[in-house]
Amino acid sequence: MDLLLKYACELAQGAAVTLQLALTSLFLGLPLGLALAACKLSRRAPVRLVVSWLTNLLRGVPEFLIILICYFGLSNLINGYFDGALEISPFVGGVFALVMVFSAYASEVFRAALVAIPIGQIEAAKTCGLSRSQVFFLIQLPLAWRNCLPSLNNLWQSLLKDTSLVSVLGLEDLLKKADMAAQYTKQPFLFFVAVAGVYFLFLALSDPIFVRLEKHANRGYGPAPT
Amino acid sequence: MNLFDDYLEVWTQSSPQLLEGLIVTLELLAGSCLLGFVLAIPLAIARVSGQRVVSGVAKAYSSVMRGTPLLVQIFIFYYGLSQFEAVRNSLAWGLLGDSFYCGLVVLTLNLTAYMAEDVRAGIIAVPAGEIEAARAYGLSHFQCYWRIVIPRALGIVTPVLGNEVIAQLKATALVSTITVLDLTGVVRRLAAKSYTTDALVMAGVMYALLTLLITWAVHRLEHKATRHVRR
Repeated sequence: MDLLLKYACELAQGAAVTLQLALTSLFLGLPLGLALAACKLSRRAPVRLVVSWLTNLLRGVPEFLIILICYFGLSNLINGYFDGALEISPFVGGVFALVMVFSAYASEVFRAALVAIPIGQIEAAKTCGLSRSQVFFLIQLPLAWRNCLPSLNNLWQSLLKDTSLVSVLGLEDLLKKADMAAQYTKQPFLFFVAVAGVYFLFLALSDPIFVRLEKHANRGYGPAPT
Repeated sequence: MNLFDDYLEVWTQSSPQLLEGLIVTLELLAGSCLLGFVLAIPLAIARVSGQRVVSGVAKAYSSVMRGTPLLVQIFIFYYGLSQFEAVRNSLAWGLLGDSFYCGLVVLTLNLTAYMAEDVRAGIIAVPAGEIEAARAYGLSHFQCYWRIVIPRALGIVTPVLGNEVIAQLKATALVSTITVLDLTGVVRRLAAKSYTTDALVMAGVMYALLTLLITWAVHRLEHKATRHVRR
């Protein structure tokens, strides 16, 4: 326990990096996932096909491998063009990979949620004279939001857990910090169990937020007031 | 065709290693799925048990295994447990001391938790009338589970379990962090030697093809499992 306190500061720094990584990926991945979902529902068949294939491919390959490919691939690409003048950090590489994975899964969730909206709602909106973009942002999106919240909660949980993989690139996140402390003190069990505890805590703390969001999104759907 | 030449070169130069890695990956996948499936059923039954203690323990196990990253679990078992003298001297060390078997154990324990949640959902979804009918025929509690509830529940959750197998295929890639030379482990070595990502991309394609194959197999299985409800 004393050892944990001694390294608490280091671990907290690592935990902050982990949270930054997860939240950055979440906020970049949500809009990208929505855009991909819109592509999947496009009227143009080539757009639909290409995007579906791309997301299916991303969902069929291990996240770990995608992280490695993105980081080393981007590094090589940038080195080739800029002659090493520009360097890509593990954080950027990790965010890039996690956003790709998250948006691929999210696009499927958004697509299903958008398809599940009763056609009558959209027809009614069109009849009221709303433009195509107005229908999408004012009618379809809020209705879909309600449908996809439970799935997004699951995706967020896997995203947070997947951030631990980026430590393999050398990013000093929670797991890497614990690994360093473990090697220094020869107490790996203590530190890795502590890491597991912190991840568990993060997930336990994020759950009520989704419950609140779901309650808010479902406020029009409760039992009729008497 | 310059683009594909590089990949062709990777294949011609190191196809034996790639295939060996693929076999290790498949061994991990098949082993953990079979063991996980067998362990998941009792855990799922424990989850729906009327006894508070039993269901509480099962629930705690599930939420801990699902609430922490697999990579951290692998590190706890491989690096963490080896720090204790008692573990190193015990019989379990024969399993945990070897990186392949240690990986297999952690993958199995992790998958068990996920599959148990799925099977539990299936058990809950079995119509009460069917269980009542079975009880009315005089089936014992055990017979009722063994002959009615579990087969019905598994039929209901076949597609979900299929997704779990695909997720598990992707999870096996993590054991390369504890020096297991599975497909990912092999291509990481190749990539480090050649300073290119060709081998990594190649492995990605192989994983994607495997996923496709599993998806197809699950479809066939689902088709068979639901033949009584189709017309």
